[in-house]
Amino acid sequence: MKRVALSGNYAVAYAVKMADVDFVAAYPITPQTPIVEKISEFIANGELEAEYVNVESEHSAISACVGASLTGARVFTATSSQGLAYMHEVLFMASSLRTPIVMANVNRALSHPLNIWNDHSDAMPERDCGWIQFWVESAQEAFDTTIQAFKIAEEVLLPVMVNLDGFILSHVYEAVELPDEELVRDYIPSKPLINRVSPKLSYTIGVVGPPEYYFEMKYQVLEAIERSRNNINNVNKEFSKIFGRKYGNINNYMMEDAKYALITMGAVTGTAKFVVNELRKKGEKVGLISIRCFRPFPMDEVIKLLEDVKGVGVLDRALTPGGPGHPLYTDICCALYNAKNKPIIQSFVGGLGGRDILVDDFIKMFEIVKEVSEEGRPKPCVYIGLRG
Amino acid sequence: MKTWKEIPIGAMIIEPGSSIEFDVTLWRVFRPVLDKNKCTKCGLCWIYCPEGAIMVKEDGSYEINLSYCKGCGICQKSCNVKAITMVREDEKSST
Ligand code: SF4
Ligand code: SF4
Repeated sequence: MKRVALSGNYAVAYAVKMADVDFVAAYPITPQTPIVEKISEFIANGELEAEYVNVESEHSAISACVGASLTGARVFTATSSQGLAYMHEVLFMASSLRTPIVMANVNRALSHPLNIWNDHSDAMPERDCGWIQFWVESAQEAFDTTIQAFKIAEEVLLPVMVNLDGFILSHVYEAVELPDEELVRDYIPSKPLINRVSPKLSYTIGVVGPPEYYFEMKYQVLEAIERSRNNINNVNKEFSKIFGRKYGNINNYMMEDAKYALITMGAVTGTAKFVVNELRKKGEKVGLISIRCFRPFPMDEVIKLLEDVKGVGVLDRALTPGGPGHPLYTDICCALYNAKNKPIIQSFVGGLGGRDILVDDFIKMFEIVKEVSEEGRPKPCVYIGLRG
Repeated sequence: MKTWKEIPIGAMIIEPGSSIEFDVTLWRVFRPVLDKNKCTKCGLCWIYCPEGAIMVKEDGSYEINLSYCKGCGICQKSCNVKAITMVREDEKSST
């Protein structure tokens, strides 16, 4: 084990190297590019023996990954924003063809207007593509989750997306504990999956699913992602035993006796934790939940954690224009609808297009949560820091 | 028909040549009718049929297996002596 200073992007690249991937196809896009730059460096200097395919677009990148994964190779790609959007149609094929691809998506706003900064509007539209989705809070977690992702993907034969916030995580250097390479190799041995395109097997892949079959074929993905909950829990347990760091499907903070809580995703959780600490010093019973595993969504955990909470604020960093609520808020409301004891749920949107969410913003959010809980009903969504 | 549990993972077809089990009769609007009296046994329809629905029999004559015929009409166009006619599925053929 060694402790080094790494950016979130490089942490992912090191995880990919230690996972001994066989195949990488990617197209550069800010703020993801340093991941694949570093990986191509590893391949060029012989530290990683893998095929790196330069492609002309993200659509081709993910398509090449699907093909490579069908041969049984361990496959990685990385992208951001427009790149992920350009992959959209193939993402569904990757999950339905059950290719255990691991992707790092460095979260960045979608155009228009052109914006290279961080929010969650790229990954949210891909909620329904049948991929397992993780969201990380630190460079260390980006490293650890990428390792876990290979394990989970190959166990359930589903692709896994590891989301890390652009710039805030991708470009900021943090201390990261890198385990010994042998430990990682033992944990995820490079045992090739079966080669489904081998001429010896004569499988037909990418079939037509007529009305008599499409439903059953799609249901397989649904069943696999539901079943993955078990695998994810076991991997979290196993990982903490081997590597010493503990993760859950949700990371909760000071929730034991919390009356008011906020639900976040990704790197802003760090700022929110700071605010929870400050408010706790003043005697406020506040807590924090960060959704780490967004797909499959941790309904049961959310219901249980919020049993005795009076009010909860849900911070979305993406929009669902014209929808009943913004994406995370909608999921939380749906999870809680049938719960016996549920809190007042207040929607917030902030940090779009890379705008910072400051300490004072979080203090304000907790104040609003408290206020609406006392009134007994939430306000319409509050847009944090919006002018006018 | 197979349940979701019985379909191979990723909707793969794992047995080669499985299209032999796939009857396409219902796809057809017109069906080819081969008049054995006009047929010169030249074999052109057999070459052109994209579905392999036309079989050569031991005596060298040709027969259409309607289970695999999609009714495209290519065989009719390929027959120089007009031994094949396309008949609407809801009409009775004269032969
Ligand atoms: S093309 Fe016409 S003549 Fe030739 S084998 Fe077929 S039906 Fe007979
Ligand atoms: S109609 Fe088309 S599919 Fe049917 S036998 Fe003729 S060529 Fe073959």
